[in-house]
Amino acid sequence: MSLKDKLDELHQRGLAEIKKSTDLKDVNQVRVSLLGKKGPITEVLRGMRDLDAEERPKVGAFANEIRDDLTAALTKRREELENAVLNARLANEKIDVTLPGTPVAKGEPHVIQQIIDQIEDLFLGMGYQVLSGPEVEEDKYNFEMMNLPKNHPARDMQDTFYITKEILMRTQTSPMQARTLETHDFSQGPLKMISPGVVYRRDTDDPTHSHQFHQVEGLVIDKHITMADLKGTLQVLAHELFGDKFDVRLRPSYFPFTEPSVEADITCFNCGGKGCKVCKNTGWIEVLGAGMVHPNVLKMAGVDPDVYGGFAFGVGPDRFAMLKYGVDDIRNFYLNDVRFLTQFTKKG
Amino acid sequence: MKISYNWIKEYLDLNVKPADLAEKIERTSVEVDDVVKPSDGLKKIVVGHVLAIEAHPDSDHLHICQVDVGEDEPLQIVCGAPNIAKGQMVIVALPGSRIADNVKIKKSKMRGIPSAGMICALQEIGFSDDVVPKDYVDGIYVLPADATPGDDVYDYLGMNDSLIDLDVTPNRGDMLSLNGTLRDLAAIYDQPVTLDQPEVKETGAAIADQLAIHANADLAPQYRMRLVKQVKIAPSPMWLQIRLWNADYRPINNVVDITNYIMLKYGQPLHAFDYDKFAGQDVYVRNAKAGEKLTTLDEGEHDLDEHDIVIADDQAPIALAGVMGGLTTSITDETTTVAIEAAVFEHDHIRKAAQRHNLHTDASQRFERGVNRAGVQDALDAAAELMTNLADGAVQAGTVIGSDNVPKPTVIPLSLAHVNAVLGTDLELAKVVHILESLGFTVTTAGEDMTVTVPIRRNDIHIPADLLEEIARIYGYDDLPTTLPTGRMTMGTLTSAQKLMRSTRHSLEGLGLNQAISYALTTTDKAKMFMMQPSEETKLAWPMSVDHAVLRMNVITGLLDDIAYNTARKVKDVALYEQGRVFYREAGNDRPSEEEHIAGAVTGTLMPAGWNQPAQDVDFYQVKGIVAAYLKDMAINGDVTYEANADIPEMHPGRTADILVHGHRIGFMGQVHPTIAKKFKIGATYVFELNLQAIIDMPKQENQYDVISRYPAITRDIAMLVPDEISNDQIVALIEKRGGAFLQSVKLFDVYDGVKVPKGKKSLAYTLTYQDKHETLVDDAVTQAFEKVEKRLQDDLGAEIR
Ligand SMILES: [Zn+2]
Repeated sequence: MSLKDKLDELHQRGLAEIKKSTDLKDVNQVRVSLLGKKGPITEVLRGMRDLDAEERPKVGAFANEIRDDLTAALTKRREELENAVLNARLANEKIDVTLPGTPVAKGEPHVIQQIIDQIEDLFLGMGYQVLSGPEVEEDKYNFEMMNLPKNHPARDMQDTFYITKEILMRTQTSPMQARTLETHDFSQGPLKMISPGVVYRRDTDDPTHSHQFHQVEGLVIDKHITMADLKGTLQVLAHELFGDKFDVRLRPSYFPFTEPSVEADITCFNCGGKGCKVCKNTGWIEVLGAGMVHPNVLKMAGVDPDVYGGFAFGVGPDRFAMLKYGVDDIRNFYLNDVRFLTQFTKKG
Repeated sequence: MKISYNWIKEYLDLNVKPADLAEKIERTSVEVDDVVKPSDGLKKIVVGHVLAIEAHPDSDHLHICQVDVGEDEPLQIVCGAPNIAKGQMVIVALPGSRIADNVKIKKSKMRGIPSAGMICALQEIGFSDDVVPKDYVDGIYVLPADATPGDDVYDYLGMNDSLIDLDVTPNRGDMLSLNGTLRDLAAIYDQPVTLDQPEVKETGAAIADQLAIHANADLAPQYRMRLVKQVKIAPSPMWLQIRLWNADYRPINNVVDITNYIMLKYGQPLHAFDYDKFAGQDVYVRNAKAGEKLTTLDEGEHDLDEHDIVIADDQAPIALAGVMGGLTTSITDETTTVAIEAAVFEHDHIRKAAQRHNLHTDASQRFERGVNRAGVQDALDAAAELMTNLADGAVQAGTVIGSDNVPKPTVIPLSLAHVNAVLGTDLELAKVVHILESLGFTVTTAGEDMTVTVPIRRNDIHIPADLLEEIARIYGYDDLPTTLPTGRMTMGTLTSAQKLMRSTRHSLEGLGLNQAISYALTTTDKAKMFMMQPSEETKLAWPMSVDHAVLRMNVITGLLDDIAYNTARKVKDVALYEQGRVFYREAGNDRPSEEEHIAGAVTGTLMPAGWNQPAQDVDFYQVKGIVAAYLKDMAINGDVTYEANADIPEMHPGRTADILVHGHRIGFMGQVHPTIAKKFKIGATYVFELNLQAIIDMPKQENQYDVISRYPAITRDIAMLVPDEISNDQIVALIEKRGGAFLQSVKLFDVYDGVKVPKGKKSLAYTLTYQDKHETLVDDAVTQAFEKVEKRLQDDLGAEIR
């Protein structure tokens, strides 16, 4: 048998053994036995010195070829076996992906807060400041400087929690407007502000009344502010809070601190304006009061009404939330049932 | 005020449906509460003629009636009304009809006798008890004798009219009348309106010989009377009764009805006195005297106040001016001479009198808002004219005038430029002038400057801004342009305090707490619990209830109320925080100072149990973790430490810590005292409250980049036994102080005080991490530093290293 034949035979036998190996240990044994220093290939190659000088490199090259082929076959077999082991393990690790995820502790902002933040962000974007004043106010700022002198009949319209004759729980957040008007330096620019906060009225709590609720009042005073600007601003607000489909309409109304005074309605979201029970078949829902700031309010705060003027508006986040989400009892906002608080989580 | 669509149509040529008219009024003038057509919802209700009547054999009050309803055969109807009689024209609900409240009427039997329908009272077809004439309140209504059997009853009763219910704002007193409404509508629809002019036929003697008035013009700027003799008191004609009940007034008799009708039409409250009941011939308009009393028409007895205005005769008050007449001089069936009063009283006096005597009448409501001082005589004349026409009265010659004080009309300068500058419009002068004139204002112009004279009746118009509203509403708010303010730029940014408050909320929400908003007004008890500083309480003068009477001086009790509410509803796991104000008051100050606080409360478990994790009841350390993470977020510059505090009465004495920054107390946390928890009816609850204002005011750390060392860290664990009274803080402080230059962190990883530890001791174990930022640390250096710490722990704290 020639050396070449021997190598051929070794090659074939080696490939067969590799194929037969069933685990990594087998593969290793096969490798040592075939390619090791005492293995048959080395043995065969030792016999090369008996060959002709002409034959020797050919056989050498042939032997290397076989060695390389066996090494490749071994590597391939090892990878196959490793993969099989891994796959078997992974098959074992299978879980039920439909089991629920592990709960995480997560808190939510109050729905009223969400609406206030939304309003604040909108007006911040339009260059307004956010100012919050005291909740315990002086009669002077809450009423008198809002053009509601002591004997004004409209004072009967809002019942007030008094602490003393002159000190009260604010019934609106507009006292902060009076306070700001008094101090604002118009040479530095116009006054554009909103004042969000808690307000109080002497009411018995029931599904539609709460002795504590929220208000966001806005005020813009400059040299050339128009009622058209008010209309546009309220439209932007309605679009932000309810969506672009909603129209705003103004109706005449009466507030002592504005003249002209208007009430603003938006398209009924229950029926889209066709008319339904919610909107008493009008297609509209009243959402806020507004108007052009009364000259007396400016005068009392030391601002010249012949030079400056502007608009004011007041919205109730509680009422917005009730309308927007169909909340049927205002007390829900202040009783803090966790099942209520965690309903308003959609942020997408 | 309810205004009749048909009545309006008598004066204006309106081609609009009632609902559209109502919407127009709402868009342009005043709010509309409702539009109601009284016959809506009713079906098959007709005039019936009672042909025959016999007693029911099995009843002592039922009658069997044969009723002609315009068909071939009369209907047999059993009727229980006491006032049913043969020959009456009555209201019949036919079989298959629908009466008030959607009730259907079918053929039936009453005590064995078949009854085909029902003879109705007014209430049964939707009239309110308050407007049904007294004679018919307890029985069926009898229609006029000329009604035609079989006709629908609606037109006979004015029920096909549409009634528009106006919610008139306090400034628009002029809209509380037909005439005022007509004037506004004339401007809105841009058409002329001609109002009725009264024509009085004076047929009697001179009034001056029969009546004298002594009026204080400060109390009553207008006071007039007419005298009508030989009146015949009778029910009013149907048209007048219909006008009244459709406006929510009960028809009483012709004289009283006329005064109410004139008020509806002119907005001028009138009062009719029985002249023969006067003591003497003099009438006084004066302040009441102390001790005087008056029984009003409604039989209410009133002790009068010196601030009340009264009408008096020679002996006593006979009316509470502008509010209600007195009983002794009221119109009765026997009255023959009527003194009609038309006056305007000072609105402030009337408002207070109505409040003082809790007597809010339609008259007082109108006087409070202001009545047209220039229209008093017209209303008086119109009433006198009707008394002639409807009660055969002889109007005596002349009017006695006690006071006649008409203010000068308001004159307001207005420029076109100003109108357009404020409204944002581009109106032409002619348009503006036309709008103002259509409202009855007089306008003179000089170039683009206008001078506007306001009619006396519009007492709400004083300044240019008032005119702007008139122009804007009549022009139409829909037609105003829609723009946003322009002009100098302003920055819209939150202040750092506002930013921190937002961060506070986001941080706590991220840590698992839901935001609560509780009531700031609470009970005296709760207001004073968990207080962080001494303070007087701030009480409401007139609270609505004891539950909301005092301003809170802590936020925690509100949260405990919330937890109680949840607990009562079987919600066991509650984690809340609230950001809000507390109100501290110094003795001697009326007004409290307001401090922003942040508080949290957790009961049950923070992390709900899942299929793969057990529920773990909240404990001190979980809440401390929240507080610590929150304070870390706020990046206060200074060490935060926790010191046991056993002295807050509402807190568990062994599980409460003060929270300090740089040694300055900013709040506390721990477990609510079990007796307090029991009072609130809640389970074990952990709370914290922090002075948020203090956190806002404290200096903060800036974010900065710290190079992450490329060199490996080396850790060493140390376990030790220490006496119970040694705190973790003491150990950590010592390790940090003596740990050497390379000590990076000390982390507690085990606490044990079980059976394997001697009594009075506890076992604590820490991992110390060492690192050099500039080169690889040598083991020896660490060992050296570590041994030094071990020795210090033994020497200084009596630790037994294990
Ligand atoms: Zn609707």
